[in-house]
Amino acid sequence: MALTLEPHQPETASQPSETLVAPVDRVPAPAPHVRRPAPPRGAVPALLIDHVTKRFIVGRKKKSVVAVDDVSIRIERGETYGVLGANGGGKSTLIRLVSTLLTIDSGRVEVFGHDIEREEMAVKRLINRVSVDAAFFKKLSPFENLIYAARLYGLDAGTARRESVAILARLGIAESRLSRPLEQMSRGMQQKVAIARALLTSPTLLLLDEPTTGLDPRSKLEVQTFIEEIRDSHDATIVLTTHDLAEADRLCDRLAILNEGRVVVEGTPEELVARVAREHGQPPTLESVFMTWTGRSLDDDTEEDDDDDD
Amino acid sequence: MSGQPGSLPELRSPSLATTLVRELRGSYAFIERNLFLVKRYWGWEFAFLVYAVAGALSITFIGAELENQRLLLSLMIGAIFWNYLSIVFGFIAETVAWERWEGTLEYTFMAPVRRWVQLLGSTMFAVLYGLVHTAVILVVLTLFFGLDLSHADFGTAAVMMIIGSASFIGIGMMAAVLPLMYVERGAQMTFVLQSLLLLVSGVYYSIEVLPDWMQVISWFSPATYVLDGVRQGLIDGTPITALWHDVWPLVIMAVVLIPLGVWVFGQAERYAKRTGKLKRVG
Repeated sequence: MALTLEPHQPETASQPSETLVAPVDRVPAPAPHVRRPAPPRGAVPALLIDHVTKRFIVGRKKKSVVAVDDVSIRIERGETYGVLGANGGGKSTLIRLVSTLLTIDSGRVEVFGHDIEREEMAVKRLINRVSVDAAFFKKLSPFENLIYAARLYGLDAGTARRESVAILARLGIAESRLSRPLEQMSRGMQQKVAIARALLTSPTLLLLDEPTTGLDPRSKLEVQTFIEEIRDSHDATIVLTTHDLAEADRLCDRLAILNEGRVVVEGTPEELVARVAREHGQPPTLESVFMTWTGRSLDDDTEEDDDDDD
Repeated sequence: MSGQPGSLPELRSPSLATTLVRELRGSYAFIERNLFLVKRYWGWEFAFLVYAVAGALSITFIGAELENQRLLLSLMIGAIFWNYLSIVFGFIAETVAWERWEGTLEYTFMAPVRRWVQLLGSTMFAVLYGLVHTAVILVVLTLFFGLDLSHADFGTAAVMMIIGSASFIGIGMMAAVLPLMYVERGAQMTFVLQSLLLLVSGVYYSIEVLPDWMQVISWFSPATYVLDGVRQGLIDGTPITALWHDVWPLVIMAVVLIPLGVWVFGQAERYAKRTGKLKRVG
């Protein structure tokens, strides 16, 4: 197991943490937040999105909808980059484009210098994605799902098993729970297994599409802490979409806000809150940033979560 | 580098042997995953097997009632080998529909696995699963009706099954794209296609009883040749060398349909990625 993580006390089978309604005072407090220095600008960015546009034809009237509109983003290696935006803003479409699950209408995307259309297989070996819905064969156990994933990425079952145990233990899931069907696990636990599955394949670019949406406070904090450890200890490049502004502030080096498919503002959290105060006279918070550049409140947005993931 | 995000892997071109091992490991992923699923759904697997045995017995009893040994054998072969071919076809054709239903389609398509590797894995599992089913049903029916198969040419039956499987695999690959292109109706269209193959292939009757226009369609179904060859091999003991008229259409179909199936699948994947149809629905 290559990860050197802090020892963790896994939950017991009879006392799963995510099934508890954890009192607020029992939820461990997040570590004091210290912003990392910006990663140096390298010759080859971890992710280069260059004037990318994606349209869909929808409905019986064949209406053309621009989901991603001339987006350009450059993310350096080791950076954690947050993408915020209202539902329908283009966040998940952008993640799917980088994940090679959608083709690009115009523009180009490169992952560590590899063009995602011309060198698709090379890019696929460098990335992994955790989506908002943990996509698994629910009748299979976590082990069986993880072994399947490991083989797809060229790992053997023994390695998959060893590393799964270690990663999931860090996320609070004991080995004794790994042989039971996933459908018997809570959504929070399933999402942790999804994160373990992504880490198992050693992605150099990790795409986290709302990974903590719908998790209880304890699970959310555990996942956030784990992402933080990956970020700090392993030089991982992470793209994170989230509706949780505190999460974005805590985890991300830089943020972009997507609105109607376009990047409307980009910068470090400090730069954005300073700018919203200076230019718009708003309170210096990310909530103000979000409202100012999307024209809507976070509450408006999250109410639509259930039926729209972009 | 496993479990350690952030480090760039070796980007030099791997050797042919390394590539082959990785691709075969990818194919095995699908075989093993399906074995896991069969194990988890063992109750349903048992139920399907009981249903298949009961169905084959029921149809074969028609021959017993008419006290016609040749008809009995013909019906039995039709029931057993149609079951095999439909399993192979169904498993491959449902490659996409199954994953879409489970919600894993995007994950599988995002993985660094070539599509032919995925289809090879699905195909190998389908053939393995179909052979086990077929063997069980054949043993049960042989014992139940006390059939004398001492004159049967099992080699002929085996060769016809192998060549016929290849043709069915090609059709299955093309059918598999329907759920990729038509999110809701694709699986239904696959089912209809399978039903049409059953109707025109002479599974339980000679194709001579079909109207002329349906007989023309039957020429394009690999099941027509497989069933004719297997019947002649098991009932009359005809060697495979005397069944060239059944073999060559199957060989041509296999040679044409498998590459065509892989190509069609690739085109459909491209279409799905352009239109956003890989996204989970339902």
